[in-house]
Amino acid sequence: MLSSRTLSSYFKTQALFAETFLQNNRLDHVTQLMGYHPQYLDPFLRTQNYILKGDGPLPFDYRHYIAIMASARHRCTYLVKLQIQEFLRQEGNKEWLNGLHQVPQKLRDLDELNKILAHQPWLFNKSHIEKLTKGKDNWSLSEVIHAIILLAHFHCLSTFVFGCGINPEIDLNEGHTFQHVTVPCNTQAINDCDSTQVDDVGVELLMLKMKTISEQHEESTQEERLMCFQKEQNQSAELISGFDNMSLPKSDVQRYTSDPDFSYQDFARHREASEITTFRIQDYSWEDHGFSLLNRLYNDAGTFLDEKFKIAYDMTYHRMGSKNNVDTSTFRRAIWNYIQCLYGIRHDDYNYKEVNELLEKNLKTNIKTLCCYPERTTKSDYDNVMREFRHSEKVHVNIMMLEARMQAELLYALRAIMRYMT
Amino acid sequence: MVSKSIICYLDGPANALAINRDSTQVVVAGRNVFKIFNIEEEEFVERLNLRVGKNLNLNFSCADVVWNPVEDNILATAATNGAVVTWNINKTSRSKQDMVFQDHKRSVNKVCFHTIEPHILLSGSQDGTMKCFDLRKKEASSTFYSLSESVRDVKFSPHHYFLFAAVQENGNVQIWDMRRTDRYEKQFTAHTGPVFTCDWHPEERRWLATGGRDKTIKIWDLSMKPMVEHCIQTIASVARIKWRPQQKFHIASCSLVIDFTINVWDIRRPFVPLAAFNEHKDVSTGFAWHHEPHIILSTSKDSTLYLHVFKDAIRPADHANPIGLDISCYGDISYAASNKIVRNGRSSFKGESYSSTKLPVFFRKHPSASDQFRSAVSSIFVFKNDGDKFLSMTWFIESARRYILSGRSFAELCEHNASVASDLQRPHVAQTWRILKLLYNAVPNLGAEHSWGVPSVGSISEMLKGIERDEAFDNSQEGSKSSRHNSGNTFKNRHQSGSKQSSRHVSGGTGNGVATTDRPDTSGATDNSTDSEESDNDKTITNIASGLGNTQGDFFFGDGETDQLMGFQCTLSQAPTIDSAQDWNLPGEAFQPRHPIKDCSPPPELDNAPSSPTSFDEDYIETKSMVGINGEVYDYTKLLMTPEVPSSPAWVFNDVIVDMLHYFAAQGDVQMCVSVLLVLGERFKGFVDETTQEQWFHSYIEILSCFQLWNVANKVISLSTISSISSLNQQSTTIHTLCGNCRRQMTRIGWFCDRCKIMPTQCSVCHQAVRGLYAWCQGCAHGGHLQHIQEWLQYHPWCPTGCGHLCEYT
Repeated sequence: MLSSRTLSSYFKTQALFAETFLQNNRLDHVTQLMGYHPQYLDPFLRTQNYILKGDGPLPFDYRHYIAIMASARHRCTYLVKLQIQEFLRQEGNKEWLNGLHQVPQKLRDLDELNKILAHQPWLFNKSHIEKLTKGKDNWSLSEVIHAIILLAHFHCLSTFVFGCGINPEIDLNEGHTFQHVTVPCNTQAINDCDSTQVDDVGVELLMLKMKTISEQHEESTQEERLMCFQKEQNQSAELISGFDNMSLPKSDVQRYTSDPDFSYQDFARHREASEITTFRIQDYSWEDHGFSLLNRLYNDAGTFLDEKFKIAYDMTYHRMGSKNNVDTSTFRRAIWNYIQCLYGIRHDDYNYKEVNELLEKNLKTNIKTLCCYPERTTKSDYDNVMREFRHSEKVHVNIMMLEARMQAELLYALRAIMRYMT
Repeated sequence: MVSKSIICYLDGPANALAINRDSTQVVVAGRNVFKIFNIEEEEFVERLNLRVGKNLNLNFSCADVVWNPVEDNILATAATNGAVVTWNINKTSRSKQDMVFQDHKRSVNKVCFHTIEPHILLSGSQDGTMKCFDLRKKEASSTFYSLSESVRDVKFSPHHYFLFAAVQENGNVQIWDMRRTDRYEKQFTAHTGPVFTCDWHPEERRWLATGGRDKTIKIWDLSMKPMVEHCIQTIASVARIKWRPQQKFHIASCSLVIDFTINVWDIRRPFVPLAAFNEHKDVSTGFAWHHEPHIILSTSKDSTLYLHVFKDAIRPADHANPIGLDISCYGDISYAASNKIVRNGRSSFKGESYSSTKLPVFFRKHPSASDQFRSAVSSIFVFKNDGDKFLSMTWFIESARRYILSGRSFAELCEHNASVASDLQRPHVAQTWRILKLLYNAVPNLGAEHSWGVPSVGSISEMLKGIERDEAFDNSQEGSKSSRHNSGNTFKNRHQSGSKQSSRHVSGGTGNGVATTDRPDTSGATDNSTDSEESDNDKTITNIASGLGNTQGDFFFGDGETDQLMGFQCTLSQAPTIDSAQDWNLPGEAFQPRHPIKDCSPPPELDNAPSSPTSFDEDYIETKSMVGINGEVYDYTKLLMTPEVPSSPAWVFNDVIVDMLHYFAAQGDVQMCVSVLLVLGERFKGFVDETTQEQWFHSYIEILSCFQLWNVANKVISLSTISSISSLNQQSTTIHTLCGNCRRQMTRIGWFCDRCKIMPTQCSVCHQAVRGLYAWCQGCAHGGHLQHIQEWLQYHPWCPTGCGHLCEYT
């Protein structure tokens, strides 16, 4: 029996699917999967349509080419192929598809930005903007903004694609993003042999922890909190090891990028080495600063993104696995803040201990892999985390990853632009 | 005391500042800075650094700071980690930290002390709650849930002991009563997007100002239902606002992004800031008014603390010139400008047709001493239109009145309207009417396309004369709107033939013949053909051409023809291309560039013309050529008389008419468009799409009502075939009668009041309700059926009611 609410969301999804099909001539798998959350899908599609097809300073073929560049950074063949199709549909120059060396200098200049934004956004500073906006055939500031949004969007969409194990579209051949060919979202089977080895928190345990956290009045001092944040970063630095880029097969999408070895480095290590400071959300927040700046330079984009961020942050079904009426806000906040912590963004008013309590090592590893090295995700990664959760909830977590990461990238970029403008 | 701007460099970016009660000290707080300064005459002197101690935790990282308005030694800060901290600067220990409240779950955005009670402190936080702390009890005494995700600002009302305002991220403003924690007193949506700040007016009880991300500052009147009293548009989102002390209408604002200036606005002047302080190099994060209203202190992310005095401020209004101009529908121009621009309050107008009046400046406002906005003395001038054709609309009014749009035969209508137009010296329009008449009247009568023009050749030659006459006329007029066909120019050319000649004028030939008769009119104006005018002419001619269509398609020459006679060549050689079937050529050498043209008598060939089996245009050219270049033309006549003239295809001229209508519309003459549409009626249906037509009608009706030509407007409405137009005068046509007793409208029945249950319109003779005409005496206000009153008055002089009045009816 479907409740009326489920039913209405079902119809909403259907309507959105129809619309997507009409606009794109296909119902891509990303959209289908997000159909679990029509509430989010709606602003997501609107934003994506706006930045790709709406009014904007960049020509259409540029937009799709930038999308190709961004997805190629994470070796997301799926998105690259889709965007190539769109690029050709916009009558883009076929030669550009041969690689970066064939494109106009203007686009090639963007590669540096692409690289930094994708892997180490904290390095982004105003000199990058200066480089783009100066000289002959330069970028205007609103073009840069548009390009940055496109880059961030497709970086994070790659995270989502890998995180959910999106299969290639039927008409795209040999575009397997997973190393094993699977249909993760249709299989309910969980690999039993794995489950014994992993210490996964059950939903009940998680709920208990959440309860204690919300009840306890934390007595920790501020220094402890600060330590927690750094500890969190240091811990996360240790999470992934024994896996380097070399083990990945060479991919033909790399021709849209340069410097393939440039990748995420732990922010914690970075901080020790250089003078780069933690980004404090209280000093430059999306609501106060980012939005206004973005809307000023790229009409309405801020409004679209704002809505998307809000929904991604607030969306809940008061449900966790098989349990209903759960206040999931602490769990969601932990995930969100953990992702931004990976990028060196600190919320002063958050106790990073909570992250440790709520997110199991397993899940943390998964989040980190997806945000920082999405191309290394495997099917077992998907299967092994959040076992007792439903698929829709895993997609939900992936959506949060997408948005939190996107916000982090944008905040760094917008801060740099603001500094450039002043 | 302080008379000059002061700057002071801080250790790090500051987030907020506050000033103590008697404005002697200022506290600056930020993530890495927390200091108190004494405000001295020339400089800031550091009095105290509060950021001391070995344990510099996040409690020292301040988002906001306030000074207790009553007890001068108490400060409160909002920490970014969610703590609310109070400080006592009289403490003897090195660390002045007094109390720490860790009650909020998220960052605290703002703190605020009660205006009277020194121990009540209010905070608004990112977690969507507001907490009221009692400093005596050292605990949070109450919590208010805003039901929004975050509270951006809280402010106690200075006028009401219990009230405070809280503004939310979702755009709402809530007014709370401290005694009631469960529900707000009032809530309204003030901005789209987050509201960042609010401030109560210090004196005006009902005013609350709010500023938000939507780049507006709004002043709300809260006395009844919240209403926007003033709205100021800024260029960036508004982060903080504060009313200026002792100045009722002044408010200062700063922004979080892009704009670093601190603007002081006069709320009655919402477009230009009264004053701006733009010394800061990074976003201004906080500011406060000194108790002397000409001093403002501010701090910024650029790690500076400034004291600005008003006389150093930039006054943006000084860089703007007040000026205004308007044109009335009768062509009068009024113009007001600051006396600075118009020297000595005098102004001149180039052109004779205007008489200028300077209006006495009776509305001159003397700026009060408190009104520091730039005062400008402006003069207003009215230029009365004394006959300038350019702006005068007499032609419009006259044509509107005199045009006949229906009720006669098509030809008559056209002829009438044409004569109206030519009476008004608008030959161009008149000609259009005649052509319309010709086109639409001739066609149905004559089957063969070859001969359709023939019967009207007589009228054609008339027309041609008409054109020339008109053109000549126009040339003597200054109007730019009507056509000017420079036959005068041609005329002159003829005398100077051989001399360098840049006129691309065409009709010389024909014109000469006819124009001679009008020569007296034209000679005066021959010299005024400038280049621009010529291009005008071209247009006009083109238009005539398009109006006449085929007839005169060749009448116009392309640009670049330097020689008049070359032009003729062109005419003739173009003719065949238009009428492609008739393939004949003219030998170029037939035209002698310096051929003397003297004889202008009408050629005898004109009489032959009707019999020649040619189409109209050939006829025309022929005539022209014959007249123009007398000698040679005979040959061509022979040529033209070739017995085998291939039939030319039927000419579809509707498109030309459409073009013509669009041309008139583009010229702003919707009158013509509408009139032509109405006269043509069924003949010309479906060629212009309905929305365009509707637009034309609407604008014509609008202009008509500008001139109060209601009758004409109504006629146009009723003649219109577009349903949305023709129904215009059928709306709100009911007039309700009032009941004389209860003064209410009688909506249901016109003669019976539902409320009083009486019939107010009773006949005083027969005592029945009057449903039709009601006649009454204006002296005693009694009356009744017209007939009854008439009968009664035949025998009695008094009022039938017996009121004793000697009734008088006129």
